[in-house]
Amino acid sequence: MTLIDRLWKDAPLATRNEITPKLGFVLTVLLALVWLIPFLWMGVATLRPPSDGINLMAELMPSLTPTLDNIRDAWEIGDFPRYTLNTTIICAGILLVQFVTITLAGFAFARLAFAGKTLIFYLFLMQLMLVPVLLIVPNLTLVAQLGLYDTLTGVMMPFFASAFGTFLIRQAFEAIPTELEDAALIDGAGLFQRIRHIYVPLSMPSFSAFAIISVTSHWNDFLWPLMVINSPDKRPLTVGLSVFTATAEGTQAWGTIAAGTLMVIAPLLITFLIFQKRFISSFVTSGIK
Amino acid sequence: MSLAEPAALPVATSAAPRLHVLKRFSSGFKASLPAYLLLLPSLIFLALFTYGAMGRVLIDALYQRTTPKAPVRFVGLDNISAVLADPAFTGAVVNNLIYAVGTAIPSIGLALLFALALTRTNAVTSALRAALFLPVLIPMVAAAALFLFIFLPNVGLLDYYIGRLLPVLPNWLGDPDIALSVIMVITIWKNAGYYMLFFLAGLQAVPEDVMEAAHLDGAGPFQRLRYIILPELKPTFLFVIVIATLNAVTQVDHVFVMTKGGPANSTNLVLFYIYQQAVEHYDIGKASAATLLTLAALMGLTALSFRTLANREGGP
Repeated sequence: MTLIDRLWKDAPLATRNEITPKLGFVLTVLLALVWLIPFLWMGVATLRPPSDGINLMAELMPSLTPTLDNIRDAWEIGDFPRYTLNTTIICAGILLVQFVTITLAGFAFARLAFAGKTLIFYLFLMQLMLVPVLLIVPNLTLVAQLGLYDTLTGVMMPFFASAFGTFLIRQAFEAIPTELEDAALIDGAGLFQRIRHIYVPLSMPSFSAFAIISVTSHWNDFLWPLMVINSPDKRPLTVGLSVFTATAEGTQAWGTIAAGTLMVIAPLLITFLIFQKRFISSFVTSGIK
Repeated sequence: MSLAEPAALPVATSAAPRLHVLKRFSSGFKASLPAYLLLLPSLIFLALFTYGAMGRVLIDALYQRTTPKAPVRFVGLDNISAVLADPAFTGAVVNNLIYAVGTAIPSIGLALLFALALTRTNAVTSALRAALFLPVLIPMVAAAALFLFIFLPNVGLLDYYIGRLLPVLPNWLGDPDIALSVIMVITIWKNAGYYMLFFLAGLQAVPEDVMEAAHLDGAGPFQRLRYIILPELKPTFLFVIVIATLNAVTQVDHVFVMTKGGPANSTNLVLFYIYQQAVEHYDIGKASAATLLTLAALMGLTALSFRTLANREGGP
């Protein structure tokens, strides 16, 4: 009863015996439960013994004899450690280069006066307007011409510069009092020393917000790596999972598919559950993934 | 939730940048050089993969190149007219419009409901928000893998629990009349929690005392929503509509995993069509023409998003 009482108390704007907000809250609770069903099924199906057969596959009540067989099968059929490694390399590689490019560009926009500033600023803005996902065809041609087809570098390269990151960091840098920099100047610190020892450490929240957005979006990216990568051993998790799903679907090995899916989404989900607040505020700051 | 910081990004700061050393020089090229060097790494990649790509789409659309090795041939606007005459393309455009409207309205509506219900911050609402936000974090490919089973005929989750109530069990993904709606359900499930965040942020701007005053004046929940909350959320709506539309054009991973555009092209979307032309038919000219048309169609929207984003926080 206490839980019900608590839920009821939490119903918003429900101070004056109004029924509508309470109904809205109840509806939201129900929908949140519906929202979780695919995850619930994934967990239950992963642990269900294959001997239960296809007819029990949809049962949401967990099996009384859970097994790790599906996880083992998925592990053996798909090369998940390799996919995970590739995805990690892609995300880390993109992020590291982005940190350099957005820090330098962010500093230039935040603190330097230069000819053509507005024009260049709009050139950056254009990247946001052009819907980069739609440019896969010309970018594939370019990656091929650079000799980077079927390489992880080819997957990473289009994302090395980030207009969004530049704006985010520019904003963080602008908020730093110039007095701090003045002091460093008097001590004879060079440009890069000031960026490295004053601007970057004081802008850590912005860097971590950007890291969350960048890693999440590239961890989940599918179409672009699908086009660039040809060799099975260079597949990232998403492409690996799609191939794996297509294979296992033919044999109706749904428990294995559930296990494979779980392996692909577990790292991000666990990180999210630990750093929930930070994730959510990063997504709000970003506007677009 | 801390949604604090992003205020509008001023294009030029009013307190002029004070880089003392540089200020001594007149603002010529020499004075600008350090800034250019700092911008160079970013500009190289933007030039290659954004502006260059844009130019390349324009050029490629004018040439015919059906195999990677075949000689290119100038064909003028032939690719454009070929794409416009291709029923697969026009079909994909129509599907995409239906898909955009059919996913945007429900997911934005749900997002608003969720946000209104979960404005207060406490353990319960945080847990509910997290539950609704989880789908946002997983790859579309993974969502598609889960929903493949949910919509599996006869043995799938939906038929197992609800389908038995229907007189005839539909073949959810195999029926051209239903497949697009099924795809839309997944998108709504995946995106509603994302849009919820923006409404939650927007709701923080609704002044407490105004709500309280309306309350005292006897305004019911719908009146408060209509006359106080919705006007306050107008910029949020605009912003979310833009994102939802862009998502409708750029999210096609589930199409790839679940239907490959079928059955009978009923779930083909524009970006998937572009992918098919480029990768399956090696027809770069046609793919570029389709890209060009899509970009052109999105231009009105991007202008709008530019304004919205600029007002909001300087953009994504």
